[in-house]
Amino acid sequence: MRVVILGGTKGMGRAIAQQLAERGDAVYLLGRDPAELQRSTADLTARAGGKSAALGNAVCDLERPETFAPALAAASAFLGGIDAVVITAALFATQPALEADLAFTQRMLTANYVNTVLFCEHARPLLLAQSSPSARKQLVVFSSVAGDRGRKPVILYGSSKAGLSAYLEGLDHKFHAQGLQVLCVKPGFVKTAMTAGLSPPPFAGEPEQVARDVVRAMDAGKPLLYTPRPWALVMWIIRLLPRFVMRKIGF
Amino acid sequence: MSVAPSSTLAVTTARPTELSGWGCIGRPGRELLSEDLEAASKDVVLTRGLGRSYGDSSLPAAPQHKVLATRLANRILSLDEKSQVIRCEAGVSLAELNRLLMPRGLFVPVTPGTKFVTVGGMVASDVHGKNHHRAGCFGAHVQSLRMRIADGSVVDCGPQQQSDLFWAAVGGMGLLGHILEVEFRMDSISSPWIWAEHQRVDSIEEYLAALSEAAPKWPMTVGWIDCVNQGKGMGRGLLTSGRWAQTEEAPARPPSIPRSKTVPLNFPNWAINNLTVQAFNSLYYWKTWRRKSSGLMTPEAFFYPLDALLHWNRVYGSRGFTQHQCVLPRSAGAEAVREFLKILTREGCASPICVIKDCGPQGQGLLSFPMEGTSIAVDIGVTPDIEKSIAKLNEFVISAGGRIYLTKDQFTRREHFVAMEPRLPAFLSARQTWDPQQKFKSAQSVRLMGDRV
Repeated sequence: MRVVILGGTKGMGRAIAQQLAERGDAVYLLGRDPAELQRSTADLTARAGGKSAALGNAVCDLERPETFAPALAAASAFLGGIDAVVITAALFATQPALEADLAFTQRMLTANYVNTVLFCEHARPLLLAQSSPSARKQLVVFSSVAGDRGRKPVILYGSSKAGLSAYLEGLDHKFHAQGLQVLCVKPGFVKTAMTAGLSPPPFAGEPEQVARDVVRAMDAGKPLLYTPRPWALVMWIIRLLPRFVMRKIGF
Repeated sequence: MSVAPSSTLAVTTARPTELSGWGCIGRPGRELLSEDLEAASKDVVLTRGLGRSYGDSSLPAAPQHKVLATRLANRILSLDEKSQVIRCEAGVSLAELNRLLMPRGLFVPVTPGTKFVTVGGMVASDVHGKNHHRAGCFGAHVQSLRMRIADGSVVDCGPQQQSDLFWAAVGGMGLLGHILEVEFRMDSISSPWIWAEHQRVDSIEEYLAALSEAAPKWPMTVGWIDCVNQGKGMGRGLLTSGRWAQTEEAPARPPSIPRSKTVPLNFPNWAINNLTVQAFNSLYYWKTWRRKSSGLMTPEAFFYPLDALLHWNRVYGSRGFTQHQCVLPRSAGAEAVREFLKILTREGCASPICVIKDCGPQGQGLLSFPMEGTSIAVDIGVTPDIEKSIAKLNEFVISAGGRIYLTKDQFTRREHFVAMEPRLPAFLSARQTWDPQQKFKSAQSVRLMGDRV
């Protein structure tokens, strides 16, 4: 499989890149920082030990949509076509921090919703253009459980992910018949640098565990994944809670 | 091969506002998690890997100090399979290296008794293994370290470059600065299997004789003894010697890793007591009727028998436990080892885990643990008298000319540490050179070296 990962140098994206490279998939990393991209590509090379067909990288910044087309073109040229595009990159801050800094709130909302959707719109035609019968045509995007319901601690961040989840659902409805497999990943709390300042709730996951779930869901062609698993149940209950309860609780 | 999810690797506490080592004795503090150690280490005074040191080595000196956790910095930066030199970020775990590189015929030159450690931690503790009498400690195989030191700069050091910093940092418990990257040489192995010989022995004297007989013949030796049994049979045990199996001896298939089991909850505090330990020890001692047996083993079973049971530290209950590991010099003889076991029994430190092994000559790390002699490691559940018991053991260690392993320690008194460490002034002077303001500190360095909080 030939996979492009935006955000593959850090956190859950890194863990996915490592697991794919270790089993021999070709991986092309997209990210902001050229030095980080080099270090991560070296890591994937050492892990793959000659198993992987190709490992490369190019600069691409989720906050600069003008970088999307050239980066995806470079990836496609390097890999000789793209089977899957994975997007784990996003911005995050806590609700109080976002409320206090509207400039960053604008950046976060733009990156997580507008730009992520734009990136998908760049990737979609490339994936659909794959003509070989073995091509996977997968679009894997990290949304969040925070997008499932408006909740006090993640109002702004969650709203960006809610929009993204809705977009991905529609994409699946429209293009599934053409062979596009859209996977919307909704991680619960995962112990990465992004959540480093927060106290982990029960069922907090680790990046490797999430990556394993994601790779399995990709292989199975699933449209939606809650990970770690208990979050599917947690969010099901939260979606059922009536408004007067949501007004009372802090979660 | 599968790998345990890393959630099972890192030591975690029930409360997010507490940190603890493997001994489950918590202290207020928080981790700072980051992939970018170079950026994150600027204002931090201590680093930890997976938190597998037993005591307070990786715990903060004060609750407001954050401890930088390296486990997300898990990239291999370069690997030359020909020269076998590997360079990693400090948070790469030994479990990862084994999973990735053992099938390719490469193994770390020195492994401790758990694979749930990071390479950074292996340097800071200057870990030793079953091959210490041949290979020395891990630090002896390290070619270069990248460190963030107290003045804020990032420096490279090694045996040939800034060697005074290097040999203070090797076994220096993180007190010389943050280890960011480690470069070392791997060993090539003839197969991913171990050929091992097990021998049942009846007493501590016989055990030590068998150990010294095995050492010149076998690259790896280790043993377990029953430290509860008294009298003539004191120190009866099982000695295991091993070497990597030759290609023609080994099965063609790589060893499969059995699914790890987890201890899901804390056992009650009384679960480990004299009776249960005696029962366990007798069963373990009699697990084979034959006095001698040999055969193939998986490296997992040979190096990391306890890793098969994740969170086994919970069997000691919420009270927590410590390990007392000391080395008694060869010159003190077998009598010293017997005397030590006697004190252990007298103090009621019943333990299902008592590991005895031979150490080769002392390495170059200024505070590196091993010295030529016999290393004894016992797990001890925490009791109200634990400090007194540890003090008794330490007084004996001092009189025998031995010393303790800081990575396991939680209860040693400062005056005892000073008395058993003639190398301490050299270490402190290196610290004075590289960290004159005493920026780097841990709960352990406050306790044992009198650092100001």
